[in-house]
Amino acid sequence: MPAYLIARLFSAAWVTFGVVSLVFFLVHWVPGDPVDVMLGESAASADREALRHALGLDQPLLAQWGDFLRGVLHWDVGQSLYYQEPVSRLLAQHFAATAELAAAAFVVALVIAIPAGIIAAARRGSVWDMGAMGFSLLGVSIPNFWLGPLLVLVFSLGLGWFPVSGRSGPVSLVLPAVTLGTALAAVLSRMIRSSLLEIMHEDFIRTARAKGLSPYRVWVRHGLRNASLPVLTVLGMQLGALLGGAVITETVFNWPGVGSLLVESIQRRDYPVVQGSVLLISLLYVVINLGTDLLYARIDPRIRLGQA
Amino acid sequence: MAGLVLAGWALVALVAPWLPLHPDHIALPHILDTPGSASWLGNDDLGRPVLDRLLLGARTSFWVAGGVVSLSLLIGTLLGSTAAYLGGGWDRLLVMLLDIFMAFPGILLAIALAGLLGPGIGNLVIALSLVGWVGFARLARAQVLSLKQREHIQAAQALGSRTTDIVRRHLVPLIAAPLLVEATFAVAAVVIAESGLSFLGLGVQPPEASWGSMIRDGVRYLLVAPHLVLAPGLSLFLVVLSVNLLGDRWRDKLDVKGEMT
Repeated sequence: MPAYLIARLFSAAWVTFGVVSLVFFLVHWVPGDPVDVMLGESAASADREALRHALGLDQPLLAQWGDFLRGVLHWDVGQSLYYQEPVSRLLAQHFAATAELAAAAFVVALVIAIPAGIIAAARRGSVWDMGAMGFSLLGVSIPNFWLGPLLVLVFSLGLGWFPVSGRSGPVSLVLPAVTLGTALAAVLSRMIRSSLLEIMHEDFIRTARAKGLSPYRVWVRHGLRNASLPVLTVLGMQLGALLGGAVITETVFNWPGVGSLLVESIQRRDYPVVQGSVLLISLLYVVINLGTDLLYARIDPRIRLGQA
Repeated sequence: MAGLVLAGWALVALVAPWLPLHPDHIALPHILDTPGSASWLGNDDLGRPVLDRLLLGARTSFWVAGGVVSLSLLIGTLLGSTAAYLGGGWDRLLVMLLDIFMAFPGILLAIALAGLLGPGIGNLVIALSLVGWVGFARLARAQVLSLKQREHIQAAQALGSRTTDIVRRHLVPLIAAPLLVEATFAVAAVVIAESGLSFLGLGVQPPEASWGSMIRDGVRYLLVAPHLVLAPGLSLFLVVLSVNLLGDRWRDKLDVKGEMT
């Protein structure tokens, strides 16, 4: 196995350990006692002690940390205080909705950003370019919790094309996906444009043109392919913003995903579920980042061979 | 245009305490009144004047953004530049810490922190700063790493200057430009984050006003009183857009090569 791959996997393992630990300590350091939440603050002290013992909260912090790490390895992150169900089962129930929303938003972003970025770069300084970059600036500046209600106002309440909220088939996915995908589309189109503009000044592009290749081959095979490399490095991070934005978008549209579960659980002070949802989304992000890095190494031989 | 919006935002935030505002005045006969001559931006679901609450919301976002960006800038620059300058174990420690913090989607960590710390403007600032310092630390570290071999630094070292003096007087001024650009974009991010958390009910608590919580309360009346969502949303959008425009302009002017984000 190449050295790059080994180093990258080690770093992912370290980061995973760090994420799990940080989530554990966050929940244990902050004010608020889960026993109060479960029994009420007026419960008898014997009952409190019994529950504390049952939950393992009377153990030393380091022992609890060890238990938590072991639990995560077995996909066991405790019981929900509100639902009285394993957190892992709740997360499994809500995960499909989040994955569906994030994937749809990603597709929306690509469908908008790739053509917009190419046109803006190819017709630099034209009306198309200004339009695309204007869209990009608006897209990064509009918060999704405002864009969502605006889209609902026009397309659901006004035109009646889409449901206002909830998850009921493909039609209900459209507005949440557009809401969540817009910011990513804005960032990506700008990155594709600037990356393409840089690449199109390279010598090999001049060579390709001089060979008499068609503009399509020059732009797509030689330009876009090389321009995608810097875009890909930043894409991993941008997908993190997408996952974070999903939490808010799900709340706007009452979309029954992990994000809605997280926000509801915060309000119910259901700490194990808060812990589990944050952990799930963050670990997903770690995996996505690992994936984009490995993909990058596959596309760009310079990384694989340790020259970059 | 952008400058005008930002000047207005800052002005409102600074003078709001002396304006004759009645943001908590409940007027039952005027519930959900649409904008008109009696009340420029109409009234909300409790009959409170939307304009007054909008101005108070401007104050909230301005001070939260100012507080969070100053704190993050200070902590991030200090940790990033010191670790990079000292190098070795300190630098490795910081990188390990940064790797972990960057493994969380920023807004997710802020939501979790704000939720666990409990609502309120102080906790909001703490939560957002705990997320915000990371970007500044990364940037300051990268900048100092590339600068610390410069001759004027070596000269200062040879003269026996104290480490803190070298960092403060010979390094920080050189990395100020990229940090300023980063800080500008951070203001936009924090304004959105503050409103976002308040939208989720994790930020500013009633009866205090935030554009985010105004949007959340207004969504229920979207059909009958869209102004409750449109007014705070448009203010938020204009401020963020102006800050981003300013950031772009400064980035070009100071010739800072961004990370293309």
